[in-house]
Amino acid sequence: MPDDRRDRQRSIRVPVLTRVEGEGALLVQLRDNVLTDVQLAIYEPPRFFESFLRGRSFDEVADITARICGICPVAYQMTAVQALEAALGIEIAAPIDALRRLIYCGEWIESHSLHVHLLHAPDFFGCDSGIELAKRFPAEVNRGLRMKKFGNRLLEVLGGRAIHPVNIAVGGFYRLPRREELHSLIPDFQWGLQAAIETARWVAGLPFPDFEIPYDFVALSHPDQYAITAGQVTTSDGMRIPMTDYEQHFAEVQVPHSTSLQSRRMPQGTEYFLGPLARLNLNCEQLSPAAARLRDEVGWRRPCGNPYRGIVARAIEMVHAFEEALGLLQSYRPLGKPRSEFEVRAGEGMAVTEAPRGLIFHRYQVSSDGLIEFAKIVPPTSQNQAQIEADLRQLLPTIVHKPDKAIATECEQLIRSYDPCISCATHFLSLTIQRQ
Amino acid sequence: MSTLPKLAVAKFASCDGCQLTLLHAEDELLAIADAVHIANFAEASSRLEPAPYDITLVEGSITTQKDRRRIVKLRSDSKYLITIGACATAGGIQALRNFADHQDFLRAVYARPDYIQSLATSTPIAAHVKVDFELRGCPIDKSQLLEVIASLLAGHRPRTSSECVCQPCKRRGTVCVVVANNQPCLGPVTQAGCGAVCPAFDRGCYGCFGPAAQPNMLGLSDRLLQPRMDRAQSARFLQTFNSYAPEFSAAGQRLWQLAGQPKPLHPSLASSPGDTHPAAVGQGKETTEE
Repeated sequence: MPDDRRDRQRSIRVPVLTRVEGEGALLVQLRDNVLTDVQLAIYEPPRFFESFLRGRSFDEVADITARICGICPVAYQMTAVQALEAALGIEIAAPIDALRRLIYCGEWIESHSLHVHLLHAPDFFGCDSGIELAKRFPAEVNRGLRMKKFGNRLLEVLGGRAIHPVNIAVGGFYRLPRREELHSLIPDFQWGLQAAIETARWVAGLPFPDFEIPYDFVALSHPDQYAITAGQVTTSDGMRIPMTDYEQHFAEVQVPHSTSLQSRRMPQGTEYFLGPLARLNLNCEQLSPAAARLRDEVGWRRPCGNPYRGIVARAIEMVHAFEEALGLLQSYRPLGKPRSEFEVRAGEGMAVTEAPRGLIFHRYQVSSDGLIEFAKIVPPTSQNQAQIEADLRQLLPTIVHKPDKAIATECEQLIRSYDPCISCATHFLSLTIQRQ
Repeated sequence: MSTLPKLAVAKFASCDGCQLTLLHAEDELLAIADAVHIANFAEASSRLEPAPYDITLVEGSITTQKDRRRIVKLRSDSKYLITIGACATAGGIQALRNFADHQDFLRAVYARPDYIQSLATSTPIAAHVKVDFELRGCPIDKSQLLEVIASLLAGHRPRTSSECVCQPCKRRGTVCVVVANNQPCLGPVTQAGCGAVCPAFDRGCYGCFGPAAQPNMLGLSDRLLQPRMDRAQSARFLQTFNSYAPEFSAAGQRLWQLAGQPKPLHPSLASSPGDTHPAAVGQGKETTEE
């Protein structure tokens, strides 16, 4: 920066965003206290998953894509196998579909309870970490850790382990759980449902900043259920499209300051909002009974465009996930084959599901010998990234009079409310390059 | 200031899953926080204290110039440096780039070099600095992580199993998937630590914990894998999450060669033409492609 401008120009840097997954930084530039630039810089090194996937067999994709993210591997596995099933023309039996919702509930519980208690809640009490928060709120944090443990326990029983489960296959599962394995979880999930209700009451009473944006929410919606593994892509302005039309309405662009692509809604080129807050705004009638009662009890009103209230949406979704999982655990009977039989053939398929952080899209082309010829993966955080930057541009003019450290903290808190998963967002550069 | 040993957790190219394992120790997390001072753990705490650190857990592999410099600094800042997970100990899934068609890969990766800084290789931490202890796995095992932390606090070297997956698999009472179901399995050559989870779910081990001590790779690839899958499939099976671990790398490359699709190591990693894996790590032979 030239010397003569130094007094007028101010840069605020958050070199390491904390309590988020992955590596990101924030750069804010002000001139005469007017915002000139804001960049959510993602410097997480790219790992080029789409390149590795080319030439691998269709039945390796779920295990490989899980490694994009240690926090939400099931979202990658489930989206991958469903996209490949579409490519290979495989029908999935209803009991398998139910087990898929069940394991996905486990991941929502694990991921949401981590974010609510260890990553997000500390911001409301001026704490640096969940561990510090636990000294002041031991009952609440321990309850959160226990809920997280039960979410992980479900992943272990049904998936083999909590991080990078091994049991998810194209066509279904490698092995169906025994009835007693799943039934043994019922008491823990009964406890978890009550615990999640108490957590939702707790976080609903937090002091939220007065910050409201008329977001363009995007989520899957399903006529019969709170959408997790299937549905139509729906927006707050009433668009409702089959998931196969996703790429006609949402496109990725590359920006110089990020190793992640950013998504925009097309043709208007605008940012949009994904995740629990979007799902609750679009699908709140389909919550489970206990979650719906809680939604009314805590006075949830839509549209809710306050990103900090994402913590309430997450807690309500935990109630839903525990209650839905409980029903699936109670009704489980290990009948039929663990996975559908099928013939390998050439094809192309795509799928959309709701990862803990929002909508995730996969598309694959498979050759006649079952090898991947093309892969495209759009994770939630790369879609939210443009919206986060837009939010920061709204927030900053209202806080520029504050000291740099306070500005940095408030920006970081806004970013954190999105539960960004930077590890997820980063692995997609090779794709852009392939297109050029 | 706290007099407890200072713990740092650092991330390089990775999925966050191994450091998440620490936060997944739900029953032990608060006790750990009483036994060590968590000085720098960006995923969990906004208080980032400067070095030095007594124990540094390192997740991820080295894939950028900047990270090459960062790991050297971190080593000098740390009394004990422990690598956690397949990325840190063997380069991870992203080490598949080490065997990619080099020119093709570079064209794909560096079409926008002004935007992206990335090396053509993914290498383990021990290829760059001295590592005091390696914890294998993709992901690591929670009880092994707790064992490492407890051992260091108690002042002795961590003890983790070096047997292969078959032993815990037998102890778990799982019927052998090779014998009973004719499924390919990397269990006989893979280090234990996961609890032999895959065979318990009716599928063969796919090698998350990397090579066991003195693995019989020839026996595995020629007698166990190849009767059950073709050479390219066998090569892929060996080259996934620990593709750059020496024994898996060499056996995988041999199979690719036999399959008629040779995949030589990136020139900066091979000490002479025809080498399958550098004889020793830490030679600083990498070159950048920037």
